Amino acid sequence: MSTAGSRIASFLGGAAARFGKVPWREIREEAFDRAVLVLKAACFVHVVNTYVVGIAFVRGPSMLPTINLTGDVVAVERVSPRWGSLAVGDVVILLSPENPRKTVAKRVLGLEGDAVTFLIDPARGSASQTVVVPGGHVWVQGDNIYSSRDSRQFGPVPYGLIQGRAFCKVWPPEAVGLIGQKL
Amino acid sequence: MGKWSTMWLFTKKSVTGALIGLTISDRYGFIVPVTGSSMHPTFSACDARFPGYLKADVVLVEKFCLEKYKFSHGDVITFKSPTDHKQNFVKRLIALPGDWVQVPESSEILKIPEGHCWVEGDNAACSLDSRSFGFVPLGLIQGRVTHVIWPPQRISQVERKKAIERISPH
Repeated sequence: MSTAGSRIASFLGGAAARFGKVPWREIREEAFDRAVLVLKAACFVHVVNTYVVGIAFVRGPSMLPTINLTGDVVAVERVSPRWGSLAVGDVVILLSPENPRKTVAKRVLGLEGDAVTFLIDPARGSASQTVVVPGGHVWVQGDNIYSSRDSRQFGPVPYGLIQGRAFCKVWPPEAVGLIGQKL
Repeated sequence: MGKWSTMWLFTKKSVTGALIGLTISDRYGFIVPVTGSSMHPTFSACDARFPGYLKADVVLVEKFCLEKYKFSHGDVITFKSPTDHKQNFVKRLIALPGDWVQVPESSEILKIPEGHCWVEGDNAACSLDSRSFGFVPLGLIQGRVTHVIWPPQRISQVERKKAIERISPH
C-alpha cells in the first residue's frame, strides 16, 4: 500500500540522516586515545614487573616451612640479581634447569667459588659431599631437604637463570612478613 | 614559561618511548650487533672493541620462540653465557633435549639432558661453545636470530644448518 511504503521510505531516510549526524570522527579519535593509554599502561606494568618488583605464586613442599605447601604469594625484587648483589641465604626465584617453562623458588646456599657441603640423601644416613661452585653459577637448595629437587640433583645453576629475589610474603594475610635469610 | 613546558613535553614523550621500546625488546624482538669471529661466515668476523664494533653485522632477534621454548635443529640463538650472566653469546643450536650428539674431535657420544641444549659456533676454530662449557640450560636463551639487517649488502635471512651426520634424535 502506498502509505505503508512511504512510511518505510521516510523511516529509512530519517535513519540515514541520524547515522550521518553521529560524530564518528570524535568517537574514532577517542577510541584511539583510550587504546594508546591502555598500551602505555601495559608497557609501564611490564617494565616495573621486569626491572623493579613483581609478585609470584609459589607452592610445593620444597621450601617448607618458609613457604606453605598450598602456596603463598611472594613479592619478588628484580634489582639484586641484575646488580649481582645476591647473598648466601637469599630465597630466589629461578627458571628450572630441567624445564625452562617452570619457575621454582629455592634458597641460595653458595655463590661462585664457595665450597658447599650437603647431605647426599638425608633420608638414608648422613653421608655428605663437598662441591666447589664454579664461576658464574650458584648452589640452590630447598629448605625442606627431604622433598626438594635442587642443586643436589641438577648441580649448580648458572646465575643467568635467576629471575628475582623473594623478600616478602604478601598473601595469605596471616603469613605476611619478610622472608628471613636463614632457615 | 614556554621553555619548561616544551621540555616537560619532551621528557614525557621520551619516557613513554623508552617504556614502549623496553617492552618490545623484552617480549617481541630486538636488534643487536654481533661481535667476535665464532660465527664466521654466517656473521662477519669483527673485533669486540671500538672501532671494530662499527663494522659488525646487525641482526634481528625474535623472542616469540621463548613462549613455548620450541626450537629447531640448526637455529642460531642468543643466550646468556653460563659462566658470566652479563655476557650474551650467539651460537648455533646443534642438538635439543633427548638427542644424542657426537662431540667433535672425540669419540664421545653424549645424551642431552632434559631442559638443556648443545650449541656450537660455525667457525669451530675460534669458538667458545658447548665443547668448552658443556650443556646450556634452555632457560638462558634470550632469542632466535632470524635476519641480518645491516650492512645493506649482507641483508638476508639466517638459514638453519643441521648437522645431521653428528646427531641422532630420540
